Amino acid sequence: MYRYDQYDQAIVDARVEEFRDQTARRIAGELTEDQFKPLRLKNGLYLQLHAYMLRVAIPYGTLDSRQMRMLAEIARKYDRGYGHFTTRQNIQYNWIKLEQAPDILADLATVEMHAIQTSGESVRNISADQYAGATADEIADPRPWAELLRQVTTFMPEFSYLPRKFKFAITAADSDRAAIRWHDCGLRLVRNEAGEDGFEVYAGGGMGRTPMIAPLIRSFLPADQLFGYVQAILRVWNRHARRDNIHKQRMKILVHELGAEEFTRQVEEEFAGFEARDVDPPRAEYDRIAAYFAPPPFETGLPDEIDRSDPDFALWLDRQVAPHKAPGYAIANISLKPVGGIPGDISAEQMEVVADLAERYSFDELRATHAQNLVLPHVRKADLYAVWQALDAAGLADVNLDLVSDIIACPGLDYCSLANARSIPLAQKISTRFADIDRQRDLGELKIKISGCINACGHHHAGHIGILGVDRKGTENYQLLLGGSGAEDVSAAKITGPGFDEDGVVDAIEKTLDAYVRLRDPGERFLDTYRRIGVEPFKEAIYG
Amino acid sequence: MKLLLGNDLKTGAVVWWTGRDWSLHVEDAMDVGEHGETIARAEEAACRVAGAAVIDAEPGEAGPRPAHIKDRIRALGPTVRPDLTLKPADPSVGSWVI
Repeated sequence: MYRYDQYDQAIVDARVEEFRDQTARRIAGELTEDQFKPLRLKNGLYLQLHAYMLRVAIPYGTLDSRQMRMLAEIARKYDRGYGHFTTRQNIQYNWIKLEQAPDILADLATVEMHAIQTSGESVRNISADQYAGATADEIADPRPWAELLRQVTTFMPEFSYLPRKFKFAITAADSDRAAIRWHDCGLRLVRNEAGEDGFEVYAGGGMGRTPMIAPLIRSFLPADQLFGYVQAILRVWNRHARRDNIHKQRMKILVHELGAEEFTRQVEEEFAGFEARDVDPPRAEYDRIAAYFAPPPFETGLPDEIDRSDPDFALWLDRQVAPHKAPGYAIANISLKPVGGIPGDISAEQMEVVADLAERYSFDELRATHAQNLVLPHVRKADLYAVWQALDAAGLADVNLDLVSDIIACPGLDYCSLANARSIPLAQKISTRFADIDRQRDLGELKIKISGCINACGHHHAGHIGILGVDRKGTENYQLLLGGSGAEDVSAAKITGPGFDEDGVVDAIEKTLDAYVRLRDPGERFLDTYRRIGVEPFKEAIYG
Repeated sequence: MKLLLGNDLKTGAVVWWTGRDWSLHVEDAMDVGEHGETIARAEEAACRVAGAAVIDAEPGEAGPRPAHIKDRIRALGPTVRPDLTLKPADPSVGSWVI
């Protein structure tokens, strides 16, 4: 994985000292909250319901054991012993003190981490396929490109005061595990018939109050022209964005209002100028970065056979383990979704267990997923049993990847100042209602996503079943949506009808799934059945 | 009744205006009547709190109860982590919030 050079380290260290000074001036009364707010947000520090919240960037979801141990130490030393992995592959802490925030950033900097690009009107932390560099269904590891984009967009003046936030997602696989078309700019690395690498470029996606699926605006962009092209996209948006209306500032609105064809025309026109000026970093810079992402030294001749005699291990193996590109290796998914638990939460002690496992069994590498789980990307199959035993002992061996209890949920009204309703208690009730693992397996792949407000941090638009919490005259109310997807079969979920209270929406989900079981054809996922028969049979089951 | 709450500037903790100072406990909060905004501006200017806001509440035997669930959650702590609330040993706090 990428390691800082002296320039990276100097930039991050200087940023820490700058924020230390800004914080001291705020506490001394030399800065008002209005003056300080944009400064703290540029360092990932929010003011939430109970305290300050610090969101720490995990670029493209990749981290090592040293970094994970630091995240554990921060949880223990500065917070209340836990952290929360988010839907953008970041981690956030809910109980931060302002006066300690600079010290936290200083600690993070010692392990090449920071909180830059986690807030504000900037290019946000770039998300990526959590299986990047490990899966067999990609043409190449896309993370060097993500790192290159991270570097050129960090502190670049043109990108520092954007109309609103801007989110990239990148993959190089056929299976879209990064929800690329739900981003402002989605990139898929592809290879043409001449063997050259390039990108499919999607632009203008996003969730929030106006869900938009990004259209394809370039089917093949030579990879070494990536930066010029995304700069052209950002410049067209920057030029035309509705800065007068916060609800219309995101790029998806511009793409929608101009139309994909006209937006693309303007981007291409802008890009022609960049192309002529050759603004992309030299190939040597890409090669320098890519060298950090060279595959680890996989052993050869390893067996693929796994002893499945322990039935609990076999269950975990079948659900949580994915194929790896290297013979004898596997990708191990770690669920952060225990039945009745809080999606994405992890204790400091569990972080240390995971860090130890990464160091010992996964070439010191970990991934955070946008579904709020973790991944050990490179585990020898022969080591999977030991990994599972350690996870089981730490309460991290739940067997529910992509099942009904693998729920994405934003922090909701329990923590977030923007929320209208609580998300986490709903996730807890749903996972408890469907706790039986045989029932979960029978229901098959099912992605439930819960947001506590219209901002959609819980990705409810992309849920096979989505739930949106709203405030109805001071009371929590939940709208049920069906039919969304964040995968390669992308679609936006649709609202079924009138909303429910907390227990009512759990009942409605059960009715929906009972209808699915009655109506499904053999081999159909819930989403397949929904798409085949439409919403009406489900509405009848829910409201009839 | 009207209450004034904010986040302690240094710690971020939710605090309630008592008439003289700030308290972590909503039970200590006083009715600020029409003076809430004035007090909020003065206290923010003095860098004691951030995000000060006037909210509606109902008086009760055990003290004021904020009218909106968001403010009741702020008064107590996250409903999903009773161990982290101000009253971790009180099983009745859940019904107070909801």
